[in-house]
Amino acid sequence: MGRYVIRRLLQMIPVFIGATLLIFLMVNVMGDPIAGLCGERQCDPATATQLRKEFGLDQPVWQQYLTYMGNVFTGDFGTAFNGQPVTELMGSAFPVTIRLTIVAILFEIVIGITLGVITGLRRGRPVDSGVLLLTLVVISVPTFVTGLLLQLLLGVEWGWIKPSVSPDAAFGELIVPGLVLASVSLAYVTRLTRTSIAENRRSDYVRTAVAKGLPRRRVITKHLLRNSLIPVVTFIGTDIGALMGGAIVTERIFNIHGVGFQLYQGILRQNTQTVVGFVTVLVIVFLVANLLVDLLYAVLDPRIRYA
Amino acid sequence: MRGATHAKWAAGAAAIALAATACGSGGGGGGGGGGSGSGIVSSSWGDPQNPLEPANTNEVQGGKVLDMIFRGLKRYDAKTGAAQDMLAQKIDTSDSQNFTITVKSGWKFSNGEAVTAQSFVDAWNYGASLKNNQKNAYFFGYIDGYDKVHPDTGTQSADKLSGLKVTGTDTFTVKLNQKFSTFPDTLGYVAYAPLPKAFFNDHAAWLKKPVGNGPYSVDSYSKGSLMSLRKWDGYPGTDKAQNDGVDLKVYTDNNTAYTDLIAGNLDLVDDVPASQLKNVKSDLGGRYINTPAGIIQTLAFPFYDKNWDKSGSEKVRKGLSMAIDRDQITNTIFQKTRTPATDWTSPVLGKDGGFQDGLCGGSCTYNPTEAKKLIQEGGGLPGGQLKISYNADTGSHKEWVDAVCHSVNNAMGNDKACVGNPIGTFADFRNQITQHKMSGPFRAGWQMDYPLIQNFLQPLYYTNASSNDGKWSNKDFDKLVDRANAETDRAKAVSLFQQAEGVVRDNMAAIPLWYQNGSAGYSDRVSHVALNQFSVPVYNEIKVS
Repeated sequence: MGRYVIRRLLQMIPVFIGATLLIFLMVNVMGDPIAGLCGERQCDPATATQLRKEFGLDQPVWQQYLTYMGNVFTGDFGTAFNGQPVTELMGSAFPVTIRLTIVAILFEIVIGITLGVITGLRRGRPVDSGVLLLTLVVISVPTFVTGLLLQLLLGVEWGWIKPSVSPDAAFGELIVPGLVLASVSLAYVTRLTRTSIAENRRSDYVRTAVAKGLPRRRVITKHLLRNSLIPVVTFIGTDIGALMGGAIVTERIFNIHGVGFQLYQGILRQNTQTVVGFVTVLVIVFLVANLLVDLLYAVLDPRIRYA
Repeated sequence: MRGATHAKWAAGAAAIALAATACGSGGGGGGGGGGSGSGIVSSSWGDPQNPLEPANTNEVQGGKVLDMIFRGLKRYDAKTGAAQDMLAQKIDTSDSQNFTITVKSGWKFSNGEAVTAQSFVDAWNYGASLKNNQKNAYFFGYIDGYDKVHPDTGTQSADKLSGLKVTGTDTFTVKLNQKFSTFPDTLGYVAYAPLPKAFFNDHAAWLKKPVGNGPYSVDSYSKGSLMSLRKWDGYPGTDKAQNDGVDLKVYTDNNTAYTDLIAGNLDLVDDVPASQLKNVKSDLGGRYINTPAGIIQTLAFPFYDKNWDKSGSEKVRKGLSMAIDRDQITNTIFQKTRTPATDWTSPVLGKDGGFQDGLCGGSCTYNPTEAKKLIQEGGGLPGGQLKISYNADTGSHKEWVDAVCHSVNNAMGNDKACVGNPIGTFADFRNQITQHKMSGPFRAGWQMDYPLIQNFLQPLYYTNASSNDGKWSNKDFDKLVDRANAETDRAKAVSLFQQAEGVVRDNMAAIPLWYQNGSAGYSDRVSHVALNQFSVPVYNEIKVS
């Protein structure tokens, strides 16, 4: 187990370097960001040269990358164009997005798995068809439509929530945005759980458990659900990274100053330091989440061993 | 929200189902931050692009704050745009080149420091110095010694502008490197604001919480999300704040700000999103402002490209101008928040300031048949096809560029005569412009720095001027501008600038498209809301009921 974890951690290094290099090159291909800093007018050449020097943009790209990576290992992610260190931006953005992601994941787990179990056990009944139809609707409607509609109905028409989230973004305020962010994944979780449950219900070990006379509740939670959750956990694990990075739309709609907002600003202003820094952290989140998922397999199914 | 009525019930049902599960646990959780105190105005804001320093702020969002916390020698009247004395007691000159400026005594920064002549001279020297990377440094380019402090290449050989001399606590002299009669009128621009000693002593701390001499002081500033400004009781000026303060909230999207306004969580939105212009009257009634601002949109041409700079090509440019149906585009796409342009300045200048309604004449009037004739006489479209470049990331430029092309195509009777050429980001768009990579016309916008006709002409069309992106060059134009700047009589100077504008017209150096309005909406909690000519709300006048 320990060796497996170490091997996986070592594998992360090339992925990490490759990902940052790719992002670095992609942002650089877009051209000189200083040109956009002076608005509709041209920066005067002397100031532009000076700024380029300050941000290290006058060096060749490979050298910029090496300096950047060197700094990253000392915890210095560079400076954004507005003079703020990128780590400061991260410090304000990541907690907000992590809270939002937690809310979203909780929705996926609680609502998604519950609905999945219910429909999986009652295949073909009206409840099943109803939930299937609902998930189909949720999957087919884009997030921004759900988001704007909920904002309009709950925020403006009925006044239940505030249409925008305040800068501190407390958990209470993030419930509706979290639900919007989770909606599509939630529908997938429901469907995955449903199929998995329905399939495993007919398997030998469930029949044995029932034949042993175990109470229904115990059969479902200990035997049926535990085995059925493996694909679901895989999905939710990869979804953590996707939710954090993909929150751009939701964050825009509900005025959440999280990772999505900073990334969007960074891309618009072609701010290499911001974009690369945030993506780097997202890559790490993605890798760690995947590792955790793989380790969770062993907990769910004792037959799976890591050497 | 278009189409909401159709989708409302279907999606509404889904929304209720989803919400029913969520709201049991307290979906109404508001949290702090939303509601402001009694006399505080809450207003939408965008994240400023640059650090907030007077000489480093070149966009509206940062400018908004500086306008609240700083007062300079002059200030532009919100209604007429005339430059009026603020901190200036008097500005004397006998030759339009040497100025003696007397600062009013008794003014203070909000940290208690006195505003003296030295505060101005220090600030200007800081702004001009190359090593400080100030993006508005070129504003000091008229002052003697600028080439030493801010050389085009290499390192600076002096730290201070030789043209600035402090002659007393409240007086200083300015020597310009050329005659510039309207120089005093430019001093209302924020780059010329005075700076306190605290700025130089602890720069980092100052940037965290800027200190100025305006009617407001910064109470707290959390970058990227909220700036709280409070009325400064010690403010000595006559334009004291009429409210207790202003909370500027950063919005990720102006649509969200608008939604917040409708829901009653926000008092003022100074940028009504284009998609909401259709509903704004029914949503807000009379609480919607749509007033002209000193902004003009044009199509610029790459004169460094031989195809656009050969004899007869001015006919092509005039023809293109005639092929654009400005009335229709401003009505349908912009819902009358733009006015078809008939000259190269802006109506906010007024007649006395140099605005000349109809100066462009027939060249700016829609006339498809004449347009086609002129373009063909001029040798046809260079390369056979017109590509209009624009940045696709902000400002919904695609819509109007497509409409302009449609209009040109109709006039030419050819579906492929004109196409839009979107460029991904603003930075890349500017990049291609500054590197002279444009092969056809490109979108150009100009927001004035100060309400002077000089500002609409010289930076844009003078040979090698800072914003002459198309590299247009014309000796007659340059001569007229030089003469206008040397002219001490204001009316004569304006008329010379107008003659210079005539040269721009005759050559169609750029196609004027439309003047842009500022638009804003506000809640019923506030009154006396107005936009100045830079389309920035006049915050200190707003009253909270």
